[in-house]
Amino acid sequence: MRFALARRRGRRLEPIIEAVIRLCGWSSVLLVLAILAFVVHQAAPVLVQRPIVTEFFTSVAWRPDSVIREQYGGLALLAGTLSVTVLSMAIAVPAGFAGAFFVAEFCRPRTREAFKVVIELLAAIPSVVWGFVGYMAVSPLLLRVTDAPIGVNVLNGAVILALMSVPIVVSVGEDAIDAVPDSFREAAVALGASRTQIAWRVLLPAARNGLLAAALLGVGRAIGETIAVLMVTGHAVQVPHGIFDPVRTLTATIAAELGESVAGSRHYEVLFAIGTVLVCMSLVVNVTADLVVRGSRARAGR
Amino acid sequence: MYPCRRGPAQRRTASNWPNPLQIMLVSALAASCSSPGGEAAAGEYFPPVPSSTHAIVRVTGSDTMVNLVQAWAERYHAVRPHAAVQVAGGGSGVGLAGLADGLFDIAAASRELTAEEHRRIAAGGVAPVEFVVAIDAIVVYVPRTNPLAAIAIPDLAEVYGDGGRIVRWSQLGVAPSRCPSDLIVRVGRQNSSGTYAYFREAIVGRRREYKLGSIDQSGSKDVVAMVAHTPCAIGYSGMAYAAAGVRSLSLARARGGVAVAPTAEATRSGAYPLARRLYFYVRGVPTGETAAFIDWVRGPEGQRLAHEIGFVPAEAGRP
Repeated sequence: MRFALARRRGRRLEPIIEAVIRLCGWSSVLLVLAILAFVVHQAAPVLVQRPIVTEFFTSVAWRPDSVIREQYGGLALLAGTLSVTVLSMAIAVPAGFAGAFFVAEFCRPRTREAFKVVIELLAAIPSVVWGFVGYMAVSPLLLRVTDAPIGVNVLNGAVILALMSVPIVVSVGEDAIDAVPDSFREAAVALGASRTQIAWRVLLPAARNGLLAAALLGVGRAIGETIAVLMVTGHAVQVPHGIFDPVRTLTATIAAELGESVAGSRHYEVLFAIGTVLVCMSLVVNVTADLVVRGSRARAGR
Repeated sequence: MYPCRRGPAQRRTASNWPNPLQIMLVSALAASCSSPGGEAAAGEYFPPVPSSTHAIVRVTGSDTMVNLVQAWAERYHAVRPHAAVQVAGGGSGVGLAGLADGLFDIAAASRELTAEEHRRIAAGGVAPVEFVVAIDAIVVYVPRTNPLAAIAIPDLAEVYGDGGRIVRWSQLGVAPSRCPSDLIVRVGRQNSSGTYAYFREAIVGRRREYKLGSIDQSGSKDVVAMVAHTPCAIGYSGMAYAAAGVRSLSLARARGGVAVAPTAEATRSGAYPLARRLYFYVRGVPTGETAAFIDWVRGPEGQRLAHEIGFVPAEAGRP
């Protein structure tokens, strides 16, 4: 009797639950659009002023607090973000691809399951913890083994960002390799190819798009990362001349200065303009990754 | 010989792996689920006034002192639950202007009041009374391994000022151990810091920009920790943050002048150049709860709290 009642109530609840789920799905889409609109709206007053935009992209002097003349040159910050991202990808992409091939093709099934769990665990480590690792472990190590005058620098940031993006590259890349039809492998084996030859000559070209998407997702992660890079890159406004120079990234600048800038001031608006630049960068990376993935699916479907 | 893989039945299809757009949306959704109340706590905070409160003391002024006065207010309320101290920043000038208009009981100021401000307050019939409540001393730190003992302020300006020509330790006549590059690594505070603002004004001055490329730390303690771990570093922070791995430099006002070590005595007497007194200004001799609060602040408990926060206790003198 009670059971039947519960079931009837469940049937009545169903449309409500469905509506809630639908709302959740749509809210995420709306949220992304709302965030974009908000950031651009806050930055709008400076985005339409040519001299400020020109200064941002041509000057290295970031002095929002100057008592003489406030300067909003973003070149050093852009150079900081790009140098750390590029170097971290130079580490993470080869390492991630190697990991993906190992997990997908070279290890035993049991090892494979263990590896996948560990990689997922690695991806779940909060970025502030990675910041700690960089600050407390990588920084003293760099001071000891290199001639660098300071341990928090481009290399430290790149190493930490690489550690953070490798799990993404491995798991997405592994799926891409996994998605290559077995017939490819069987044909290669029939031709007498070794495992390495299969990986290098057959799977790498076949999974090319998926692997590219994996790399781009790693780039997206690296560009947007804030707290860890704030802790380990040194937060110094300068264009780096080498991998041992400290830098400051776009994200770290927003994190460090937004809290103290007066709402509606020029400084505040420029920080939002930096946010717009960042949103555009990650949008480009994500959309590119999405298009590439679609390309690979279309090929796989054929 | 055959490549080791799972059987075809277990194989996931391409559609199973996460689409980047999905990842983006999921992470955005996750971000939206985090607590929205986090930001409010970071803003200005007024202590709650309980209904049983009889006396309210209003303190406004120096941003440098906001954290200090806030800490005093909270501790004082714990000691005397019937009294509440309301704290707001805005700047020393804001506090002193408000005092003249009778808006607040106490103006917190990180400088002495000007003749004009004195005149404005006195125009209301009662002259302002000054209390030194703490001393803000900034110390220049180097790692313990650095043999440098003292530095002149003009030299420090060349290290930290834009276009300054001192970039190597050898230019200061020392060769710190484990610093093969010889480059001076400047450690400082990020530009929202009051310590940074004071240091910049006192050392670099208002006519010159601060040299870009310093390692900007978010906390006073971080500066000292960074200096302690970096053999080539120099940095500045509050006096209370001195730690095992660093040494405090004596400062001379001019090249070849007498270098003064940052001691509590030297900061109180004014002999140490990078120290300033922090004041409370009141209209006329304070009475009631205002007087009790000022007495408590200048007493042992208030002064100990000032030391904990990173200021130097003031000498308990008469106003």
